[in-house]
Amino acid sequence: MKSSRIVITGVGLTAPNGNSLSEFRANLLAGVAGIERMEIRYMGPQLAGVCHFDPLKYQKKKEVRVGTRAGSIAIHCAREALADSGVDFAALPKDRVGIYIGCTEHGNVETENEIFNISKFAYDTKFWSHYHNPRTVANNPAGETSLNLGITGPAYTIGAACAAGNMGLIHATQMLRLGEVDFALCGGISESIHTFGIFAGFKSQNALATHADPHKASRPFDLARNGIVISEGGGLYTLERLDNALARGAKIYGEIAGYHVNSDASDYVLPNPVRQAECIRAAIARAGLTPPDIHIVNTHATATPLGDIQECEAIRAVFGEGCPDTFINNTKSYIGHCMGAAGALELAGNLPSFADLVVHPTINVDNLDPQCALPGLVLNQPRQVAKVDTILNNSFGMLGINSTLIVRRFVP
Amino acid sequence: MTKDECKQAVLAIIADIAPDEDLGHVKPDVRLRDQLQLDSMDFLDIVMELRKRHGIEVPEKDYLQLASLDSCANYLTPKFNELAGKS
Repeated sequence: MKSSRIVITGVGLTAPNGNSLSEFRANLLAGVAGIERMEIRYMGPQLAGVCHFDPLKYQKKKEVRVGTRAGSIAIHCAREALADSGVDFAALPKDRVGIYIGCTEHGNVETENEIFNISKFAYDTKFWSHYHNPRTVANNPAGETSLNLGITGPAYTIGAACAAGNMGLIHATQMLRLGEVDFALCGGISESIHTFGIFAGFKSQNALATHADPHKASRPFDLARNGIVISEGGGLYTLERLDNALARGAKIYGEIAGYHVNSDASDYVLPNPVRQAECIRAAIARAGLTPPDIHIVNTHATATPLGDIQECEAIRAVFGEGCPDTFINNTKSYIGHCMGAAGALELAGNLPSFADLVVHPTINVDNLDPQCALPGLVLNQPRQVAKVDTILNNSFGMLGINSTLIVRRFVP
Repeated sequence: MTKDECKQAVLAIIADIAPDEDLGHVKPDVRLRDQLQLDSMDFLDIVMELRKRHGIEVPEKDYLQLASLDSCANYLTPKFNELAGKS
């Protein structure tokens, strides 16, 4: 077992309201959301969070043509994270680098595209693309990243529904501690806005947000919330063992303090606040902390009427009234639900709080739902606070997967 | 269709499947793979696009006929003209 201290040394991201951590953070503090109307096949215009990075910054045209949107997002984030980390990538042994990317799903976009393609040829399957299989294998985004960067270590995805972003970081932490790799690119990505199926599925579930103003559509904790805004995005980090990071003089954003993953085992889609609370408590315990030691709780809340209340119930059960230094926020109110990227992006949006001691707010709360009225909820305006030493990030997903990740301020 | 027109049709396909390549100096008598970054999947793309755009089928045993622009023209021009005669 190698040094157990794992630190974050680089961040690369693309979000609907920013393509770098500094741009993303600035918009979170300025209350700038990033939701727009997007034409969805068979459905017409729908609200969505769309990323506007330039894929050709890091890929050839042919790579973009042959690959997937998920691959482009992953490559963009990985390259940005590497650049941010300041690591001498050329000197890094490529077989000792791991790529661990969380995904909510993969392959729906590419399969729908091919079915649409052959629909123009009377559904004759001889027109089905020979790229279908490499595009739809579950490891596609990680594999495209390994190809683009020449990384020969383990590269795969972690399927964990909307808990996947946290899972990428958690898995990388485990692999670094096991000594399987010396350097990890990890986090989560999502291309989900390019599949009509996810929109139609949430609509059939009465869980798709509507609002005249796209930027107001994602409104966790507001009484008028009416569902999820589906978004794409990506957030990848460079993680290293502390000794390696210190040896190269790396900038350190924070240290992985604790985590936990569990399962509801109770329903396909409905969350379970009892299991969520167990997950949060176990992560805090693993970090050697108690609830009052947590300074920011970034919620998973997606703005479904029931889901928000249930997460608030879990948070209330853990933190109660006795945590005066604990502040609670939500990032989906700006960027919608980035699915597999959600946890990774939402953590990134809060990391700068270690430096500026500002908690970004949950926006779009015009009338707070009394059932979501948690102590410490930061609403509509950023809040300057006295202390931010710990950030707890919740990400939950369908089939009852719960993940909690805690990052602490780095103190040598 | 003339052989030159056939070559232009093939180059139009290659322009889409190999968009990073400069096609201004492709030598018609040299194997495409020896002068462009084309792999086996790209050749399957050429076959697919001939099927989609022009209704031309190239059986696997004839793939070698697509090696160069000249061999493409020799092999495909009669097929183009046969299809034109049918329409």
